[in-house]
Amino acid sequence: MTPVQYLRCLGGIVKREALRWTQQRGRFLSALVRPLVWLAIFAAGFHFVLGVSIIPPYDTYIPYEVYIAPGLLAMIQLFNGMQSSLSMVYDREMGSMKTLLVSPFPRWFLLTAKLLASVVVSVVQAYIFLGIAWFWEIEPPPLGYLTVLPALILSGLMLGALGLVLSSFIRQLENFAGVMNFVIFPMFFASSALYPLWRVKESSLTLYWICQANPFSHAVELIRFALYGQADPLAAGVVAGCTLLFMIMAVWGYDPGRGLLARRGGGD
Amino acid sequence: MPPKLMMKATLTVVALLSATPALAERLLVSNEKDNTITVVDAGSLAVIKTVKVGARPRGITLSKDGKALYICTSDADHIEVLDLASLTVTRTLPSGPDPELFTLSPDGKTLYVSNENDNMVSVLDITSGRIATEIPVGVEPEGMGISPDGKILVNTSETTSMAHFIDTQTHAVLANVLVGSRPRVAQWTKDGSLVWVSAEVGGTVSIIDAAQRKVIQTIRFEIPGVPKESIQPVGIQLTADGNTAFVALGPANRVAVIDTHSYQVKKYLLVGQRVWNLAFSGDGKRLYTTNGVSNDLSVIDVDALKVVKSVPVGRLPWGVVVAP
Repeated sequence: MTPVQYLRCLGGIVKREALRWTQQRGRFLSALVRPLVWLAIFAAGFHFVLGVSIIPPYDTYIPYEVYIAPGLLAMIQLFNGMQSSLSMVYDREMGSMKTLLVSPFPRWFLLTAKLLASVVVSVVQAYIFLGIAWFWEIEPPPLGYLTVLPALILSGLMLGALGLVLSSFIRQLENFAGVMNFVIFPMFFASSALYPLWRVKESSLTLYWICQANPFSHAVELIRFALYGQADPLAAGVVAGCTLLFMIMAVWGYDPGRGLLARRGGGD
Repeated sequence: MPPKLMMKATLTVVALLSATPALAERLLVSNEKDNTITVVDAGSLAVIKTVKVGARPRGITLSKDGKALYICTSDADHIEVLDLASLTVTRTLPSGPDPELFTLSPDGKTLYVSNENDNMVSVLDITSGRIATEIPVGVEPEGMGISPDGKILVNTSETTSMAHFIDTQTHAVLANVLVGSRPRVAQWTKDGSLVWVSAEVGGTVSIIDAAQRKVIQTIRFEIPGVPKESIQPVGIQLTADGNTAFVALGPANRVAVIDTHSYQVKKYLLVGQRVWNLAFSGDGKRLYTTNGVSNDLSVIDVDALKVVKSVPVGRLPWGVVVAP
C-alpha cells in the first residue's frame, strides 16, 4: 500500500468523525454549551475564591474564571475522547466497525487514524471555546493561542487514546454510563482543573497525591502553561508517556489474535 | 469580526506596542511593618535595594527636584529625607507627633503634615527645617491635598469626617465640608476646580466643587460577590487628560476605574490584598498599587485597563512614588 492510500484512509476516518460531530446537533451543541455552563454559572459562584495568591504561570491575581479556563479546555477534550470511545462501541454494536476492521491497513494505523480524527475535532472545539471565553475576559497573551496548540494536540491524543482503551473494554453501549461515573467524573474532579493543588493539599494530602497521579491534572497544567507561552516539562512528559501507554493498550485491546476482542469472539 | 472583538483585538495590539516602560524610573514603596523603603526598578520590576528608615514609614512624597524622598516615619515622630542618589537618609525634619501623610507646596518649599494624634496640621519650612505654624483641624487628620496654585490646602479628618479647606497664606480654615465616614485621601483635579475625597468606612468618594466648597457628586461602589464593608476607598489618582480616575478599594482587593465625566465605574481591576495607594509612571501608561496584606505591588496597564504583574515588596506596603 502506498502512502497516498494511507492518507486517503486517514482522510476518510477524519471526515467521518467530523461529520459525526457536526451532524449530531445535540452533541455539537452540548460540546459547546457544557464548558460555557461551567464558566457562566459555576465560576460565577466562585468568582471571589481565588485572587488571594499568585501561582505560576500567572503573573498577578486572577479571577476564578481565568483559573478554570484551561481545566475546561481539558474537559472538552476529555468528553470528546469519551464520545469517540462511545462511537467505537456504537460502531461495534451496529456492525459498521467490521467495515473498518476488514480494511487492508494495519490495525495500529486504523486506531491511530481514529485517534487523530478525534484530536482534530477536540482541538477545533477547544478553539471555539477560547473564542467565546474571550468575552468572559479570559484573555491570554495573543501568542498563547499559538503555543497552546501543541499542548492541545498532545492532551487530545492522550485522552483520545484513553477513550480507545476504554472502548475495547466496554461490551455494550449501556455500559457507557459506567464510564461517566468511573472515568470522567473522578478524572475531572480529582485534578487541578477546578482548584489549585496547593488548596487540595491544605485539606487532604491523600487527595493531593491522587490528583498528582491523575494524568488529567498534567493535561490541564500542560494546557495552562502553554496558554501563557510557557512550557511545563513534567506535565508534557507525563502526558506523552500516558499517550504512548494508552495507545499500546488500545492496539493490544483491538488485536484480533491476543486482545479482548478475541476473548469475546470477534467483538460484535 | 464582531465590533467588540475587533475593539478588544485593537486594544491588545496597542497594549503590546506600549508595553515598554520608561526604563530609568524607580519605584519607591514605604513598608509600614518592615520600617523600610523598597526601591524597585520600573523596567525589570526587580528590587534594587531595601533601605532601612525610621519606625512605621507611611506617607511618602518626592522633593520638587526629584532628588530626595520625604518620608513620614509615623512612630519615630519625624520626617526623614532620603537622598535618591546615595539611597541613604541624609536629614531629619520635625513634624509634630505621629505624622501620617503630607503634601508638598507647588514651589517645593513647604510641607504640610497631618499629625494624626494631636489634631493639627503642621506647616514645615523645609529650608530652615522648622515648623512655622500649626493649624488646628478636626479629629485624626489624615489626607492632604494642595491646589495646583498652592493657595488652598485640603485636609481630611478621619473621626470628624470632614474635608477642611485651609488658606495657605492666612492658615485660616475657610470651610468644613462633610464627606463620607473616615475620609482618607484628598486629590485635586489638575485645573483646580474639584477635589476628590475618598471615605474608607463610608465606602464612597465625594467630589467637592472647590469654588463652592460643596459636595456635587458621591460615587458608590458595588462589586458582585464582595461584601460591602470590604469596599474601603483610599488612594485616588486621575489620569493626565483628566478623563479617568482610579480609586484603590482596600480589602476589596480591587481598583475601580471611573469615568470622570459621568462618574460611573467602568471596571474593577483585581490586584493584591488591601490595596491602599496608587502612583502613575512618568508617561502615565502604568499605574502602580501597594497591596498591604499580600505584601506586593501590582502593575496596571492604563490603556488596556489590565493588571499585568504583581511583585513582592516589604511587609505592609503603604505608599508608592515613582522617581524619574
